[in-house]
Amino acid sequence: MSAALPVTIIGGYLGSGKTTLINHLLRHANGVRLAVLINDFGELPIDAELIEGQEGNVISLSGGCICCSYGDDLSYALQQLLEQESLPDHIFIEASGVALPGAIGKSLSLLRAFKLEGIVVLADATSIETSSTAKYIGDTIARQLSDADLIVLNKLDLLSNLQLEAVRGWMEAHYTHSPWVDSVFSTIDPEVLFEMKRDINLHASASASASASASAVQCIKSDTTATSHHHEVASLFKSIRLDINKAIDADTLAAQLADKRCGLVRAKGFVRHADKSLKTIQVVGRRWSVTDAPDGVSTGLVCIATDGNLSEARVRAFCGLDKLGPA
Amino acid sequence: MTTIYSAKKIITMNPTRPTVSHVAVRDGRIVGAGSLTELAGFGDYTLDERFTDKVLMPGLVEGHCHTVEGKWWRYVYCGFHDRMDPHGKVWSGLASIDQVIERLMEQEVTLVDPAEPLTGWAIDPIYYSDRKITRQQLDRVSTTRPIGIMHASGHIMSVNSKALEMADYLRTGIEHEGVPLGDDGLPTGELKGPDVMRPVGQKAGFSDNMLEFDEPGLIDFARLCVRAGVTTATDLAAELSEATVDMGIRVTDADNFPVRIMSLRFHHGVTPNELIEHVKILREQSTDRFRLGKIKVVADGSIQGFSARMNWPGYFNGAPNGLWYIAPEQMLAIYEMALEFDIQVHTHTNGDEATDLVLETLEAALKKHPTNHHRFTIQHGQLINGAQYRRLAKLNMCVNHFANHHFYWGDEHYNLTVGPERAERMNACRTALDNGVPLAIHSDAPITPLSPLFTAWCAVNRITSSGRVQGEHEKITVDEALYAITLGAAYTLDLDREIGSIEAGKHADFAVLEDDPTAVAADKLKDVSVWGTVQAGRVFSASDI
Repeated sequence: MSAALPVTIIGGYLGSGKTTLINHLLRHANGVRLAVLINDFGELPIDAELIEGQEGNVISLSGGCICCSYGDDLSYALQQLLEQESLPDHIFIEASGVALPGAIGKSLSLLRAFKLEGIVVLADATSIETSSTAKYIGDTIARQLSDADLIVLNKLDLLSNLQLEAVRGWMEAHYTHSPWVDSVFSTIDPEVLFEMKRDINLHASASASASASASAVQCIKSDTTATSHHHEVASLFKSIRLDINKAIDADTLAAQLADKRCGLVRAKGFVRHADKSLKTIQVVGRRWSVTDAPDGVSTGLVCIATDGNLSEARVRAFCGLDKLGPA
Repeated sequence: MTTIYSAKKIITMNPTRPTVSHVAVRDGRIVGAGSLTELAGFGDYTLDERFTDKVLMPGLVEGHCHTVEGKWWRYVYCGFHDRMDPHGKVWSGLASIDQVIERLMEQEVTLVDPAEPLTGWAIDPIYYSDRKITRQQLDRVSTTRPIGIMHASGHIMSVNSKALEMADYLRTGIEHEGVPLGDDGLPTGELKGPDVMRPVGQKAGFSDNMLEFDEPGLIDFARLCVRAGVTTATDLAAELSEATVDMGIRVTDADNFPVRIMSLRFHHGVTPNELIEHVKILREQSTDRFRLGKIKVVADGSIQGFSARMNWPGYFNGAPNGLWYIAPEQMLAIYEMALEFDIQVHTHTNGDEATDLVLETLEAALKKHPTNHHRFTIQHGQLINGAQYRRLAKLNMCVNHFANHHFYWGDEHYNLTVGPERAERMNACRTALDNGVPLAIHSDAPITPLSPLFTAWCAVNRITSSGRVQGEHEKITVDEALYAITLGAAYTLDLDREIGSIEAGKHADFAVLEDDPTAVAADKLKDVSVWGTVQAGRVFSASDI
C-alpha cells in the first residue's frame, strides 16, 4: 500500500474566506498537484484561464491541480480521487459553512488511504465575537473554532487598530488551545498548509527559508491592493531551520513543537529517534504526528512561525534541545 | 364516454355532500358525484357496478415518502413488524435476533456468486433484549461474503466481519463515536451516521446514492402505492439529474403506471442560486404523473440520532445539541428567491430550534416578497409547540407531521430522547388543527411503511409499540385523519384544486376499500383493507398489479 495522502480540512462559517483561501492555494501551488474537494462549484471563483477542462464533478486546472465537488458524499469523492490517473500530492477538503470540521476529520481517520495533516478554520475577524454567540448558529461556529488545529483570523484589514486589539484579546481569552495566524484576503504562506516540492529533502535550507518568507509577502502584494495597513495586520511568516544531530524522542519533540507556547504554526522534517530509526515529524498548529521516515532523507526540520522575533535558539530552548549539547 | 361507478359508499371530502352512492368519470376526471339519477343528467353513460360492495374515498395522498422504497425491497426485509412487499407478499416480522439470522441464512443460500453481498434493511434492535446486533452474530450467516443491514431509522447500519474487512475497518486503533468497539478493540459491527456507513455500505451492496430511485424500483414503488390506496405520492428529496428526470418522465408516462409522483429537489450540494435555476427548469419539464418544481430544504437532523436542533433544555439524556444542515443565510436566500419565483419550499425540521429558524426566516423573506399563497410546509416538525403553531398559522404555513413515529419510536422518545412531557406532544396534530394550520400526516417510507390508513390510525390513537397511549390530548378524530391523508396532504402540495376530494372537475383518483373507515372502530382503522385504486379513471386492482 502506498503512503497515505495528506489531507487538510478547511473549515469556517459562510463568508469567513474559505473559497478565497482555496483560490490562493491553487494559485500558489507551484507545481504541487493539489486536489481540492469543495461542497459545490457555485461560489468558487476559479480564474477561468486556470481551467483546462471539466468532466462531471471534476474540474482540471493547469499545473496538475484538480477541483471536485462532493455534494453530500465526501467518502465517494475521496474514493474517486484514488482512481485518478495520477494521485494528488495534497488534498484540501473545504467543509460546508455549517459542517463541524472535527467530525470530517474523524471520518477521514477511518480511511487509511488518507492522513489528516491538520484542520484549519477561518474566522472573520470583523464578526467573530458576535457570530460565535449568535442565535441558532453561534454554537456551531464556536465548535468549528474549537476543532481547529490552526485558526486563520481573517479580514483584519477591515478593522481599526482599536478593534484589532480587541479581537486579538478576545481570541487570546477564548481560543487558548490552538495558534492562529493573522490574515488579509485569506492570504497565508502556502507552505504552512502544504509542502513545496523543493523542501522534500530539506537540503536547500538557507535559501528555502529566505524564499518562503519572501513568497508570503509577495502573496499579499499580488493578491490584494497592498496598502501599508495590510502589512501591519497580516502575519509575516518566518522559516527557521532546526538541525538536531543526536537521537531524541520524536514524540516528545513533536508535541513540544505543536505546543502553542513554542510559537510555531507549522513544522515538518526528519529526526533520529531514540531507537536510531529516522522519523518524520509533521506539525500543523496543535496537531502533530510522528511516522517512519521515507528512505533517503537526512535529518532536519523546517519550522514556520509568525513571530518575526522567534529564533532558532528560542525554539531549541523551549523544546529542551539545548540540553543535548551543540548540534 | 362517461362511466358511472356505483359503490356501497363514496366518502367525498366535499362538505356539501359528504357521502354519495355514485361517481361519474370521463376522460380521467370526475364529472360529478351524487345519485345515479342526478348523474344521468350529464347524458349517456355506462354503469360500472364492480365497486358496488366497495367503499370509495378520494385517492390517498402520501405527502412525505421516498420512492426509493421500491429499490430497498430488493434487499432482505429484516424488520420487527410484518410488512407487505410490492408483490403483495407479507414478510413476517422478526421477533428475535435469531430469527433475523435465520432469515438471512435462508436468503444467503439463494446467492450463487460467493462474492455477492447480502444486503438487508429495516432491522430495529431496540425491540430485542440486548438492543444490539454484532458482527459476530452476522458472521453466523457468512464469514466470506459481505453482509450489511440498514436499520429502520436509516441512521445506523450493522455489518459482518467480512464487510468491515473489505472496507479496512477491521482493525484496532479506530477512534470514532460512530464506530463502537468491542472488548477486543475491534469494531462491533454497528456503524452510526452516513459518513461512517457509506464506505462499508458500498461493499455490502448498498448503492452509492441511497435516496435516488431507479427504474425497476420506481415501478415497484408504484405497486406499493396501489396496495396502500395511494394515487399521489411524493419523492421528497432527490437530486434530479437530467438522466433521472428523463427516466422518471418515461416510466411514469406508461399507460399502466398507477400513481402521480411529485419529486422535490433537495437543497444540498448546490448554491441557493443554482438550486432556484435548476428548479425553474424542472418546473417546465413537469408532466401530469411526474410533477417537478418544488424544493426540499433540510434544516437539521433527527431526534433519535440526536442530530436535531433543540431549544433549551435540549435532550432528555443530556446529549449535546444537534447539527444544522443549512446555514440561516442560505435558507433565507432560498426562501426569498422561491417566493419571488413562486416556487414552493418544504422544509424538514425535527427539533424545535430548527422550527424557530424556519419561522423567523420565512417571516423575514415574506417582508421582502409578501404573498399569502406560498404554502411553505414544515415536514416532520415533530416538536412544534403551541407558540410555534400560532406563528405558523399567522404565516400561512402548513405542517406535515410524522404520525407514524408515535408507534415506532414513541417509547424511545419518552424514555431517552426528549422525555415524557415533550414526547406526549410530539407531532401535535390536535394543536395544529386547533390553530388552523393545514395538516398532513406521513410515513416517510421507507423509514416506516407506506400506508396512509395506518398513518391515520397512528394520529387517531397515538399508541406506541409498547401499547401506551402517548399524548391523549393530541389525538385527532377519524374524520380529521382521513381529511389529512387526502385533501389535507393535497393542500400541502398545492394540488387541492386537482385532487384530494371526489367532486366535479377533479382527477378521478379513488382509493377502493373493502370496509368503511368511518364505520369501523377507531382502533381498527389500520385494518381496513385496500382493494386497489382508480387513478385518473384507470382501475388498478392490488391483486393483479
